[in-house]
Amino acid sequence: MPVGQLLIEGLAIGACYGLFATAVVIIYKTSEVVNFAQGDMAMFSTFVAFHILTVYQYPFWVALIVTLIFSVVLGIMIEYLFLRPAKHPTILGLIVITLGAQMILMGLASWKWGAEQQYFNIPLDPGTTYEPVSGMVMNNWTLAVLTVTVIVITVLYIFFNYTKLGVAMRATQQNKLAAKVMGIRTERILSIAWGFSALIGSLAGMFFASRATLDPVFMMEPFMRAFAGAVLGGLMSIPGVIVGGVLMGLIENFFGFFWPHWKPIIAFIVIILILCIKPSGLFTSHYVKKV
Amino acid sequence: MDMKRDYYEDIELFKSNVILFWTIALLVFLFTFPLYVSNYYVYLFNIIMVHVILAVGLNILVGSTGQISLGHAGFFAIGAYGTVFLMTGFQLPFFLALIIAAFIAAFFGFILGLPALRLEGPYLAIASMGFGLTIMHIIGGMEIFGGRMGVKAPPLDIGISPLGLSFILDTDREKYYLMLVLTIILTIAARNILKTKAGRAFVAIRDSDIAAEVVGVNLTVYKTLAFAVSAFYAGVAGGLFGFVLGFFDPFTFNMILSIIFLVMVVVGGLGTIHGSIMGAVLITYLQYDLLKNVGEVPYIGDLLIAVSGKWFTVIGLENFSSMAIGLIMIGIIIFEPLGMFGVWIRMKKYWMTWPF
Repeated sequence: MPVGQLLIEGLAIGACYGLFATAVVIIYKTSEVVNFAQGDMAMFSTFVAFHILTVYQYPFWVALIVTLIFSVVLGIMIEYLFLRPAKHPTILGLIVITLGAQMILMGLASWKWGAEQQYFNIPLDPGTTYEPVSGMVMNNWTLAVLTVTVIVITVLYIFFNYTKLGVAMRATQQNKLAAKVMGIRTERILSIAWGFSALIGSLAGMFFASRATLDPVFMMEPFMRAFAGAVLGGLMSIPGVIVGGVLMGLIENFFGFFWPHWKPIIAFIVIILILCIKPSGLFTSHYVKKV
Repeated sequence: MDMKRDYYEDIELFKSNVILFWTIALLVFLFTFPLYVSNYYVYLFNIIMVHVILAVGLNILVGSTGQISLGHAGFFAIGAYGTVFLMTGFQLPFFLALIIAAFIAAFFGFILGLPALRLEGPYLAIASMGFGLTIMHIIGGMEIFGGRMGVKAPPLDIGISPLGLSFILDTDREKYYLMLVLTIILTIAARNILKTKAGRAFVAIRDSDIAAEVVGVNLTVYKTLAFAVSAFYAGVAGGLFGFVLGFFDPFTFNMILSIIFLVMVVVGGLGTIHGSIMGAVLITYLQYDLLKNVGEVPYIGDLLIAVSGKWFTVIGLENFSSMAIGLIMIGIIIFEPLGMFGVWIRMKKYWMTWPF
């Protein structure tokens, strides 16, 4: 069993899940909405990058920057147009709204780009490999994922702890009314959270697309797995979510080595087991429900 | 207007003679429906009835018990594959196979109900979504169920063929009457379930599960029961759906289907049987007929084709339906959270109190 290789690949794909799960958690932390449209927001942004690359033939870095800006706008638009007008929605109502946004984005993307699978390449030579420890072969994709994840985590850590906006976001999550009384514009905070989360999601989406193929439903299963990772980590803390995502990647990779046929369902089994045994995840204390 | 003075008034099937009259008129219309329309609409109506059964069942879970399920395509698949497999593999007669398959689905519903005891809201949605996808993958991965290639439904024989009583329904018109009878039975059954002890327990759990537990509702029993009943309905619907389509593969039962089912219940109106029927009829009609052929709708169709040609792709125009359904989902939650049934109630109130 090539433990080292499975470990490093699991770590890389796990970092990808962790990155994507972070996007889910940022929204969940600020507004307690589970964004089912997250996967399709990332899918749509990746398609925009694909369009800029193949139709307009711009270099990758231009496409990347335009896509990141586009994804922020998309996130803010969805919050502003779909979630804000709903007055006192129930949990089911919020789920239906985000599912509706998902359907719209999926419909738009398949209308525009068709359902066939496309190839999305990031300009990193997949042939170049490094072997820092024998038995652990890394390529550029792995390195890029790990680097980007570390950078994003660091930035988020600094952002949530040391900037005014980050502290305001945490305050909004803890007590919306009190935050409002303190002069925080909580609606605007929600929009910013959606923009942020869409940005991180689209980064993760581009990594997923460059690893496999790009089509309008390609983010559905990564979304489920990232969500499994997020649940594993507890949906509330960003470090916990990263650890959960990495664990998810490792579990999936090792499981897939033994039973490749059943690899797709391990995430769901993990999700159901974790939710049954420790519903609030590994790293957070159990929530107390009020009547 | 709607005041009830005793229990017997509450459990009455027809509240007034007016309702009785219109119900009979509707039944007469439904039983003679295939005489007026073309085969295509009979086929469409078969699909609608399958979805009505499913939506009524899902409504018991989502609307009355307040539990969210995004995995009903899984139960639907269990019903479809179970019925076909029991009929071809074990040579069981149709009705026996349908009921056994529905009970298998109900058993899986019970299993999914167990994590639901500790989960709520988004967590439950994700767990059930995972369940639906797992069922799809398991069926797709097992050669015995036809794998990814799908299976073909056997002839729909509602007699008992080993005893020589063969009665094969092979046209859509013949299947229509089977579907109609089952739909009516199951709809009335759902209505009656909600008037029993179990039904009242469901509603109590929806309103507040902690309060329900305090007054003596056994949460473990009734939450899992709600899942099982709902899955039973989905199983029956799935079994019938297999025969309406004639051929299906695991990807028929994907996650989008689960979302569509939830949309039917939400658009129709949560917690009401009329609402689920309206929602199922509307969404199925939109999805299978109007939006699928949106290019042929007068005025709008030409406009959309022009738009597609200019900015999108004409081939991809069929995906307009998922966009439209997404917009309906969001619109319903923002403007009319009670769904179509809420609109109906408001119209009724307006005319009853007119001119005030």
